[in-house]
Amino acid sequence: MLDVNKIRADFPILQDEAYPGVPLVYLDSAASSQKPLPVIEAMNHYYRHTNANVHRGIHRLSEEATNAYEGARERIARFINAADAAEVIYVRNATEAFNLVAYSWGRANLQPGDEMLITAMEHHANIVPWQILAEQTGAVLRHLPFLPDGRLDLAQLPQLLTEKTRLFSFTAVSNVFGTVNPVKQLIEAAHQVGALAMVDAAQAVPHMPVDVQAWNCDFLAFSGHKMCGPTGIGILYGKRHILEAMPPFMGGGDMIRRVTLEGSTWADLPHKFEAGTPAIAAGIGLGAAVDYLTHLGMENVHAYEQYITNYALEALSEVDNLQILGPSAAQRGGVAAFTIQGLHPHDIAELLDKDGIAIRAGHHCAMPLHQLSGINSTARASFYIHTTTEEVDKLVISLNRAKKIFRL
Amino acid sequence: MDESIYREQIIDLYEHPLNRGHLETADWSYEEDNPLCGDVIRIDVKLDENQRVADVAWSGEGCAISQAAASLLTEEIKGKTLEEVRSFDKDELLELIGVKLSMARVKCALLSLKVLKAGAYGMPDPEEMRKFDNPQ
Ligand SMILES: Cc1ncc(COP(=O)(O)O)c(C=O)c1O
Repeated sequence: MLDVNKIRADFPILQDEAYPGVPLVYLDSAASSQKPLPVIEAMNHYYRHTNANVHRGIHRLSEEATNAYEGARERIARFINAADAAEVIYVRNATEAFNLVAYSWGRANLQPGDEMLITAMEHHANIVPWQILAEQTGAVLRHLPFLPDGRLDLAQLPQLLTEKTRLFSFTAVSNVFGTVNPVKQLIEAAHQVGALAMVDAAQAVPHMPVDVQAWNCDFLAFSGHKMCGPTGIGILYGKRHILEAMPPFMGGGDMIRRVTLEGSTWADLPHKFEAGTPAIAAGIGLGAAVDYLTHLGMENVHAYEQYITNYALEALSEVDNLQILGPSAAQRGGVAAFTIQGLHPHDIAELLDKDGIAIRAGHHCAMPLHQLSGINSTARASFYIHTTTEEVDKLVISLNRAKKIFRL
Repeated sequence: MDESIYREQIIDLYEHPLNRGHLETADWSYEEDNPLCGDVIRIDVKLDENQRVADVAWSGEGCAISQAAASLLTEEIKGKTLEEVRSFDKDELLELIGVKLSMARVKCALLSLKVLKAGAYGMPDPEEMRKFDNPQ
């Protein structure tokens, strides 16, 4: 098992106090993870020693910057087992990856009457771009419902996923229920009706081994900042032949082969989709994050998270009148969204914060999921490689204290 | 450790809200949510013949801060003229709440005032507005 104390020493922010005398208990990694020192240093090193634009210079610095940035892409490709680094497109975040596919693939391929399928447990990033696309193309957006325990209602899949479906886009792991969806099965179902499959892996890539070739997904999206990397960088993976057939997303420098005043031709993958000077330091930082996680081993990361999530679910079940959303521990990732009767999530988060505990309160960018569950908002604790059982115990103590303040 | 934002009065009001409910005959009703958390507040207001607030009721869901603020605000505006309601300042409400709030929580506190003012300035539907312009 991972040595959690050794891991904690890698994260400078975990050495800080939340308030004087109150240690920080960071239980909000699902929103954005903390960064280990090697990631911070990799970006620092770039700015201090190799800062220059990429793909543009003949000079030494530009060459070093390009090597670091493109080397990171190769390691990221290996991390998700892409067949080719050219299939790994740098974007700003998972949200941009969905928008890129909607804008480029969607506008070129969808006709009125075509259908797209998502699920009712998606993050807004995997809902809104398709709604905009449906509006623009006359395509129809459908959704697969979930069961009361937060698992997808697979019995309804055959009615919803049909010959009309052109794209099935769904999350691998729900950021609220924590549900780990049967990704491979869903992708096969999509392919059987001739639809493309896109996976929202924002809550998967940071937490478990992901192999895009084994999944056989057509597109996959994730964000760097949830996996020990910096903000401002994310990845769109796409199969080469699909990406090659797609028109560009944004136009400008770096994405062209040749420009005349009459017209232009596009650069090869991945650069066709990467117009303008990119987030160079962030790409290098994400490469360092991938190195860090690879060194820990994603199997180990996943095993540790299962252990700590099990522990947390059991500890939270001891709190009276606390309802945890989502399926049993065996089928979930490291998030626990909950409600406490008589105590609003905002008040929970505020009272926990006074004890140095950072959780999230609200709808977590999944308003449909909450509406369908009949609640406005939830409190959510999320766990990562540095979460200790003592921290989970503190969470429970603090929740009980909050209840007392509210005379519950 | 500072738990002062949950002083006794706030918790009291959360447990036993004032003016909670709906008015049968309101001169205007307005409802809005806080997109950050999805909480909703609705306020119904009835004016008397002198354009003063004769009765007011609020409903909705929310955190202790937004709920206590709604109680305090509705209590405060009873008997005030329409003009006084329109010019009711947010600092007055924050003073009534009487605890120091973070930026995010100020939004919770001010939701009811936003709803009240939107109603008082005539954001509701035109049907409601006509009643509001020519109160019988
Ligand atoms: C499941 C899921 N999808 C997509 C996103 C969007 O990530 P980002 O805001 O980094 O684009 C998130 C982040 O909250 C998420 O949890």
